[in-house]
Amino acid sequence: MTKTWNNRAWFLVLPVLLLVAFNAIIPLMTVVNYSVQETFGNNLFFFEGVKWYEDVLTSERFHDSLFRQFLFTGIILLIEVPLGVAIALTMPRSGPWVSVCLVLMALPLLIPWNVVGAMWNIMALPDIGLLGYGLNALGIPYNFTRQPISAWFTVVLMDVWHWTSLVVLLAYAGLRSIPEAYYQAAKIDGASRWSVFRYIQLPKMNRVLTIAVLLRFMDSFMIYTEPFVLTGGGPGNATTFLSIDLVKAALGEFNLGIAAAMSIIYFLMTLLVSWIFYTLMTRGDEQ
Amino acid sequence: MARIDLNNIRHAYMPNPLSEDDFALKRVHHTFDDGGAYALLGPSGCGKTTLLNIISGLLPPTEGEILFDGRDVTDLSTEDRNIAQVFQFPVVYDTMTVYQNLAFPLRNRGVPAEEIERRVRETLVMIDLAGRAEQKARGLTADDKQKIALGRGLVRSDVSAILFDEPLTVIDPHMKWVLRSQLKELHRRFAFTMVYVTHDQTEALTFADQVVVMNEGEIVQIGTPEELFERPNHTFVGYFIGSPGMNVLPVQIDGGDIHIGSHAVRLAEPVATNSGALTELGVRPEYVRIGEKGMPAQIVRVEDTGRRKIVHATIDGHPVAAIVSEDCVIPSDPRISFDPAGTNIYADSWRVDPVRDARGGAI
Repeated sequence: MTKTWNNRAWFLVLPVLLLVAFNAIIPLMTVVNYSVQETFGNNLFFFEGVKWYEDVLTSERFHDSLFRQFLFTGIILLIEVPLGVAIALTMPRSGPWVSVCLVLMALPLLIPWNVVGAMWNIMALPDIGLLGYGLNALGIPYNFTRQPISAWFTVVLMDVWHWTSLVVLLAYAGLRSIPEAYYQAAKIDGASRWSVFRYIQLPKMNRVLTIAVLLRFMDSFMIYTEPFVLTGGGPGNATTFLSIDLVKAALGEFNLGIAAAMSIIYFLMTLLVSWIFYTLMTRGDEQ
Repeated sequence: MARIDLNNIRHAYMPNPLSEDDFALKRVHHTFDDGGAYALLGPSGCGKTTLLNIISGLLPPTEGEILFDGRDVTDLSTEDRNIAQVFQFPVVYDTMTVYQNLAFPLRNRGVPAEEIERRVRETLVMIDLAGRAEQKARGLTADDKQKIALGRGLVRSDVSAILFDEPLTVIDPHMKWVLRSQLKELHRRFAFTMVYVTHDQTEALTFADQVVVMNEGEIVQIGTPEELFERPNHTFVGYFIGSPGMNVLPVQIDGGDIHIGSHAVRLAEPVATNSGALTELGVRPEYVRIGEKGMPAQIVRVEDTGRRKIVHATIDGHPVAAIVSEDCVIPSDPRISFDPAGTNIYADSWRVDPVRDARGGAI
């Protein structure tokens, strides 16, 4: 077959282009616009070049929240991915319990973010919350509004509770797609439980796990609502992640230039990491 | 390699089987001789894979026992039975190289490194993959993957038997032939006990010395390909093996005479059936003659398959297929006769042996 080029076909792309323009490109460009100008209201703008970017990139405050962001994302990935795989491995492969497990697993995913924050806030209250009161009763000093460690513990626990299910469901789907013959062949080859995991289950889950890590990375990197409701970024700045810091700068301090530059940097970082993941995934396919 | 005895094996997938119908596998009592090549042939759902999984130990039978060389292995796990099995879909360990795939079963059994090296190199030559030892297994074609699966069985020198569960299903037609010939060649050289499950009669008949034909959880006939063709024990065997299958016509037996409607049929040797049984006559299309003599017939259609013609006709409304040579001329008033050598009588679907008199010959 020979390829024919028809440039009129580009017209068919126009509707999508318009849609993307309105919901992505135009808002993004507005932010770019703010990020290179100074404004004092009244629609008065002064061009500032890359000043805001320099300010953001050299500010200690940004470095701290960026560090907290990576620390948080790293911790929850290290917990949620292995935990999710472990739970998926213990789930039944067939029978009536499958649907029970799936519904139980899907439940946290259905709860709105702010409700999750509010739930854990109440749970963790040291005087009346089950978790807070329980820990203190056990002799562990716990107060998430005063101790950074407690605040971090609660935020991480909340995220693990909320999102491990996603990893479980993806890993479970990957496991279910492995034909029974693989397990039978492994038995015949005398493989140990560990070998079955290492050489059959893990390679077959490879794809879905990459997607799981990507999704969890992006989501946790942009986390806002739950810590905002739970700790409001405190105590002090202990749980002020990038997005919380961004909102503080934009709406709390009305530093539109700084906030816009921060948004762009934030966006580029997420984009970069997603691109790295995408390349890794597609390169895996080609092999 | 080992002799495999199946003693009164029965299997049901439900926990408390009550009637005979609850059993997916109804009473199998058979011996697979050491070094033999066997095929389990039957339609989907006839219990052949169930039987294979019982031999390999993936499935514990509901009743009965399995002996390998006289040793009871019924309660042994798959690993302890030392069985190799090749599945319908090629199973390879994707992340490993071809070499590592073959070494895997040996490493799991703690075989010393130099012994692994030696065995794997030998096996690579046997399955024709010596040039690709270091290649990743995932990039190979389906037939090469299936060779690896086979190789993982061959690599264990002490394996009791190699079981095949429809191994050529996902292989391209032209590669099927190649792989089957290689299998036969391996069997000839190394005399493994091989049991091969298939629903493809060509595969079964070309691969095996002995074909076990199964239907609805029962073994209906065990025999050489020739026996299955000449003397089908059950109308199912006649129908399932051969293309087109055996013609089965209802007949009346009256003393020594056999009638299809009003037409008499001659047999090579007389038969006796108990009255009341449903009696049928079976004759393969290869033994149906069309000419000037015999029963009057109506020709329905003629299929030309190249070297020969398949004639579909009816005798008194009963369909009959005949295979005739390409240059056979069908007369305007066609008549059909059956070659007595290829005509069998069935009572309730089972073949009736000819009656022999005291002198040992036919009456």
